[in-house]
Amino acid sequence: MRPTPSRLLNILVPVKRAVDYAVKIRVNSSQTGVDLNVKHSMNPFDEIAVEEAVRLREKHKSDIKSIKAFTIGPPKSVETLRTALAMGADSAVHVELPESAPSPEPLSVAKAIRSYIGKQESEGGVDVVILGKQSIDDDLGQTGQMLAGLLGWGQATYASKVELDLGKKEALVTREIDGGHEEVRVKLPMVVTTDLRLNEPRYASLPNIMKAKKKPVEKLKPEDLGVDFTPIIETLKVSEPPKRVGGGKVESVDELVEKLKEHGFTAV
Amino acid sequence: MFRNALSRSSRAVASRSSINAARTFSATRYRRSEDVPKLASLDVFTEEEEMIRETVRRFAAEVVQPKVREMDEKEQMDPSIIQGLFEQGLMGIETSAEYGGSESSFTAAIIAIEELAKVDPSVSVMCDVHNTLVNTVLRTYGTEEQKAKWLPLLSSEKLGSFCLSEPASGSDAFALQTKAQKDGDDYILNGTKMWITNSYEADIFLIFANIDPSKGYKGITCFIATKDMGIEIAKKEQKLGIRASSTCTLNFDGVRIPKANIIGGEGKGYKIAIEILNEGRIGIAAQMLGLAQGAFNLSVPYTYTRTQFGQPVGHFQGMGFQFAEAATEIEAARLLTYNAARRKDNGLPFVKEAAMAKWYSSQVAQSVSGQAIEWMGGLGFTRETGVEKFWRDSKIGAIYEGTSNIQLQTIARFIQKEYTP
Repeated sequence: MRPTPSRLLNILVPVKRAVDYAVKIRVNSSQTGVDLNVKHSMNPFDEIAVEEAVRLREKHKSDIKSIKAFTIGPPKSVETLRTALAMGADSAVHVELPESAPSPEPLSVAKAIRSYIGKQESEGGVDVVILGKQSIDDDLGQTGQMLAGLLGWGQATYASKVELDLGKKEALVTREIDGGHEEVRVKLPMVVTTDLRLNEPRYASLPNIMKAKKKPVEKLKPEDLGVDFTPIIETLKVSEPPKRVGGGKVESVDELVEKLKEHGFTAV
Repeated sequence: MFRNALSRSSRAVASRSSINAARTFSATRYRRSEDVPKLASLDVFTEEEEMIRETVRRFAAEVVQPKVREMDEKEQMDPSIIQGLFEQGLMGIETSAEYGGSESSFTAAIIAIEELAKVDPSVSVMCDVHNTLVNTVLRTYGTEEQKAKWLPLLSSEKLGSFCLSEPASGSDAFALQTKAQKDGDDYILNGTKMWITNSYEADIFLIFANIDPSKGYKGITCFIATKDMGIEIAKKEQKLGIRASSTCTLNFDGVRIPKANIIGGEGKGYKIAIEILNEGRIGIAAQMLGLAQGAFNLSVPYTYTRTQFGQPVGHFQGMGFQFAEAATEIEAARLLTYNAARRKDNGLPFVKEAAMAKWYSSQVAQSVSGQAIEWMGGLGFTRETGVEKFWRDSKIGAIYEGTSNIQLQTIARFIQKEYTP
């Protein structure tokens, strides 16, 4: 007989609206960033996070009490929340920033999520936060780790497998590391960040897109969470990587060694 | 005087429609509250419609695309594609949630058909016939009992087919010869249907047969039948294009159908067929539109990488002019198609607009896909790149669901009515 968990789980999934992975990025004319007048969609690692939350519910059924999607961004970010709702989240929160505001930075995002989690104590709290390991626009990969640090919670990053043990209130997470895989046991509440091989996100089917219309989206302002999103990082310059110049072909190993020596590789 | 009456009534329709249209068009991407309604441009869609477009686009690119060539070469629809369409809720787009559908709008169905056609017009027509012909007949003319019985099956797993044409009746649809002889509480079906889309894979068939030839077309009745009632799937056609879409001849030899399977009532078949095909026309327009766009999207980027005489061939002025004309024609076809769809969704008359959209889109599809082959040069002529498939697929656009000449005749009749003093 399955041990009954002492409390049902609430999962929070922060998601980010980022430039779509298929877009050809171009540096803007003032070299301060990239051209953002392009297609945006949910950060792919965040899709994996939403998918993982939905799969946990499919596995643990009513033991997962709620799946809430959370985003910080301009009005358009609500589209990303709708995608999460269509994939299976129950409700969503939109911390709305002005259209012209710069993209929020990991530390302020982590502070905002921590503040939101603090406010959820009266509603049963949050037990698991699943985030993408990094967003594909800034590739910073800091938010999950900073959040865990601020909360004082355990963290299991670059997860390729997540198994919950509800009775023991802990999780067994397989992490992708340079040498291969690492298994960690984490007590709940915990922060998980997703890596590519964790799962393959589902398409939001049409009936679910239509159902998502009726799911609630809570609107918050930065002041409601007591967080200031003023950037502390200043980007000095953005430039394209140097264009690849064609290489050359060599006819033999001896020629290769000669060429390497010519270019200063004295180790040969 | 006649013209005054016409303009007065059209003004009344226009003011009613602008309120309805405003309510629809005011659902812009970011505005959710009911502030001042504005008539947006024709290419503005609701948030849900944009999401549906994105989801179908991804499905088409990731699930359908890898199988397109194989399905065309083998002239066979892959069962996993059919299953995928059902799983995504794309086979009950307008059906209510009560019957397992996605409870979305006609425009959403048109969006799905277009996105599928950008990748494979064969898959697109399967989805189109199932949604705009089979599902719609049941939703519009079925009794509550019939809807409860058939719609859930059609939304979840059973493919539908629409059987009107025969060897001796295509454009002259009501010259059909299939007969349904009353026998107690049943009807005995005898006859042949030809050119039937989806028929090889379908389980559910809408069959138009005459229960009383002495009444002429007023005896034509719509029956719903399942394959296991004895429907014989005979010759599968070997076609020029949309080869993965099955097109078969069906034989009925003493097939017994209970009278509970009559849709819309005895003798109402001709009315059902006419009305449903008007809607289906917009679906085909969307398929042809997607086809044209797909061919364009495939070939144009190639021309910017293929260099001859020291520059990308797409940069030559002559090529640029051709691209510009083709893109304009596609945009015009797009606006015709979506405007007709919106008119239908808003309860406005749309028969003329539907005929215009279907006729024009099928022409644009042929012209643009043909040029797309030439833009890719010799490579375009090989089957490897997939661009020649679009051209082969486009030819049917001018033929099925009302030939181009029939569409022109329909439009001409409207003009005559409007302009006769």
